[in-house]
Amino acid sequence: MLQFLFRRLIVALLVAATVMTLAFILTRLSGDLAISIAGPNATAADIEAVRKAYGLDRPVLSQFFDWVGRAATGDLGNSYFFQTRVSTLIAERMPVTLTLGLTGLSIALLVSLPMGILAAVRENTGFDRAVQMIALIGQAMPSFWLGLLLMILFGLTLGWLPISGTGSWEHFVMPGIVLAFSAIPALTRLTRAGMIQAMGSDYIRTARAKGLSRASILLKHALRNAAIPVVAIAAVQLGFMLGGSIVIEQVFALHGVGFLAWESIAKNDFPVVQAVVLVLAVIYVALTMVSDLMNAVLDPRLRA
Amino acid sequence: MSTLLDVERLEVGFAGTSAVRGASLTVERGETHCLVGESGCGKSVTSLAIMNLLARGGHRTAQRLTFQGEDLLKLDDRGMARLRGNAMAMIFQEPMTSLNPAYTIGSQMTEVMRRHKKVSQRVATDRAADLLGRVGITAPGLRLGQFPHQLSGGLRQRVMIAMALMCEPQLLIADEPTTALDVTVQAQILRLLAQLQRDLGLGMLLITHDLGIVARIAHRVSVMYAGEVVESAATAQLFADPKHPYTQGLLRCVPVPGKQRQDEPLGSIPGTVPRIGPGFQGCGFRDRCSFADASCAHTVPHQTAAPGHDYLCRLAP
Amino acid sequence: MSAAVSVNAGPRRGWKSASTWIGAVIVGLALFCALFAPLIVPHDPFAQDLNRRLLVPFWMEGYNPEFLLGTDQLGRDYLSRLIWGCRISMLIGITVTIVSGLIGITIGVLGGFFGGRIDDAVLFAITTRLSIPVVLVALAVVGLLGTSMTLLVLTLGLLLWDRFAVVARSTSMQVRNLDFVAAAWCAGCSRFRVLTREVLPNIASHLVVVATLEIALAILLEATLSFLGLGVPPPLPSWGLMIAEAKDYMFFSPWVIVIPGVALFVLVLGINLLGDGLRDAFATRSRT
Repeated sequence: MLQFLFRRLIVALLVAATVMTLAFILTRLSGDLAISIAGPNATAADIEAVRKAYGLDRPVLSQFFDWVGRAATGDLGNSYFFQTRVSTLIAERMPVTLTLGLTGLSIALLVSLPMGILAAVRENTGFDRAVQMIALIGQAMPSFWLGLLLMILFGLTLGWLPISGTGSWEHFVMPGIVLAFSAIPALTRLTRAGMIQAMGSDYIRTARAKGLSRASILLKHALRNAAIPVVAIAAVQLGFMLGGSIVIEQVFALHGVGFLAWESIAKNDFPVVQAVVLVLAVIYVALTMVSDLMNAVLDPRLRA
Repeated sequence: MSTLLDVERLEVGFAGTSAVRGASLTVERGETHCLVGESGCGKSVTSLAIMNLLARGGHRTAQRLTFQGEDLLKLDDRGMARLRGNAMAMIFQEPMTSLNPAYTIGSQMTEVMRRHKKVSQRVATDRAADLLGRVGITAPGLRLGQFPHQLSGGLRQRVMIAMALMCEPQLLIADEPTTALDVTVQAQILRLLAQLQRDLGLGMLLITHDLGIVARIAHRVSVMYAGEVVESAATAQLFADPKHPYTQGLLRCVPVPGKQRQDEPLGSIPGTVPRIGPGFQGCGFRDRCSFADASCAHTVPHQTAAPGHDYLCRLAP
Repeated sequence: MSAAVSVNAGPRRGWKSASTWIGAVIVGLALFCALFAPLIVPHDPFAQDLNRRLLVPFWMEGYNPEFLLGTDQLGRDYLSRLIWGCRISMLIGITVTIVSGLIGITIGVLGGFFGGRIDDAVLFAITTRLSIPVVLVALAVVGLLGTSMTLLVLTLGLLLWDRFAVVARSTSMQVRNLDFVAAAWCAGCSRFRVLTREVLPNIASHLVVVATLEIALAILLEATLSFLGLGVPPPLPSWGLMIAEAKDYMFFSPWVIVIPGVALFVLVLGINLLGDGLRDAFATRSRT
């Protein structure tokens, strides 16, 4: 297990290094950054000044190693637009994105687990088919559109919830629901399939032969085993959700990391863009490792 | 002896097929009753139907199904759960997969006792350790804290046996408990079962396809074919004087040292078990039977060769 | 015991095949709209007329029978823009899937077929790709290089190959160990021949299923990017762009976002239904 984790750590570091390289290349795609930063009305002298000021006159490779070297120590450079450290900016915005992601994941789990379990217990009934239909609908639902519909319904027609901003917990309800929608289909299907497999297994027959109560058979014996892949995937889903929150943050005007990235793209603020890509990738890789660890905690066969 | 389990004309159907067609058998207190037959004859389904553990889609009916005089057909799920693991316990063919991989041996063993008896966790743990020792597992205290994957198949089957005995059952149903094990381990487990049966005065319904096992530990044997019990007798009686052509064929397939000459070929029964749908009439064995004629397609008389020796065949004794 | 599994197969199969047919009809209709959009649009989807802005659709009082789905904030016929948008969605969905399929299948088959170091590299590539936030990177690329259809297709194609790679890798790994592949080796076939003649045809059905799901995903992502203003360049009527442009009017005229949203939802749902149906059909076929 320790050896396995060590291997995973090495892979994670390699992934982070690759993403760093890709993010750097990404921001150099448009050619001369100085021209973009200086703006359309800049004179040749302005551009030259910008180039000097941001260190863009040095060779690309030396810029790259400079960035990598600083990033390794936690210094992600300075924002061109906000004129502050990028790490400070991201740290300021991260709580909103994390709150949104965790709210979404909690809602998704609260919906998926009961739906998946009930669908498995009532396999091939109308309820099961309805659950599968809901999963299909969730998969086909464009999240930005769902967000707008909810805004019309809860914000305007019913007037229950605020439609934008981050003032209170109520601001996170609608975005949380929308984000949860993206994870519900996968989690529900996985729960359902896991429960069907577990309920057909020999150890459940043993549990029944022991005269255990239905609740104990379902929740203690079957769910414990069915939950192993679900919990693992939930951690990975959180990673995808943080990456996908850019859309929802934009729709609901939540000033999180996604919103910051969107602003920075619009303003050609490259250090911020490449840093957000890197941070989200590192979080994703960390979450996959958390998922491996949770697997080991839940499945005694992986401990040893 | 008094009757522990009484099954009369048990029928089990799965969508479009009849798995068991009017099987009858009884298990007396303190008796080992072996149910033999080839794969797919309905032995396992019979045992699952008695415990009401049939897979989804299986449906059972019977003229009588009583355990200690209690009508099992009238019990609901809750009432049946009260008996299962308590007065009647069962062990299965697949020791590798029959224990829950996520819980320790100790937790799975004590759970059944805590469910049925009003005892503390401590008492249950002590009993579990005691029983593990009894089924021949060394260092029971250590094993209780281990997970199933840390145990070999033979050990897991011993755990299953010990777990079945937690609540001092009257009846133990063992569905081919040795089939999945190594030959040497098979013998150990069988010896253990026979010894426990004697020591505890268990009524045991042992399902097997191995006539060697039957000869060694059964008091009574029922031979099953295509969903019917075709012959039932005390063990010695059945081996000495088999009446049903299928039983006769089955016995010819077993080599008996000394009785057979070196070059004499071992017997075999041609053909395979037919797939029996609803509305099937007559003797299920007639297509493979060398004595069969046209009348076998209609009537299968129930005959008695001697007290306690019944068989289903048109042939005169 | 196996008999027990199929007890309820009857009604379920009926429901499944019905949903597959619904999916096929939706996809067929979308393909028809996409191919013949210039011939079937009732109006020019780009023609503005500020005198007839935000006309209501047919289910509301006072609609204009000439504009069944009403008009947008610039007075353009909504039905025509919807049909044209379908053309754009399908075009992007299919071309992105071709690009991502070529990349993903190549990578996946290489890893699954050759194993060893190559497979390690392939797994690493897949892990890296999954760690990259798709929407963000796609936005960044388009934001830096400017909006164009070609750029959009290439960007999404370069980002969405992971599922192709995963499926191609695992299936070709299974096929590699089958007897007929061993027989082909023994018959002295070259690696290339074994790959193209034995492996690819046998994993094709799985890849077709992935392709349908990827088309759906690409369509959703294109709409998302266009909605955020960094996808299809206006005035092209992408459904995502239509929703973005109509957003300011949605509280007073909800139908302006409902119509393109429903179209997008139904198309993606239809493709997914068809994909699920195909997967089930292939699964049954390979079992018999």
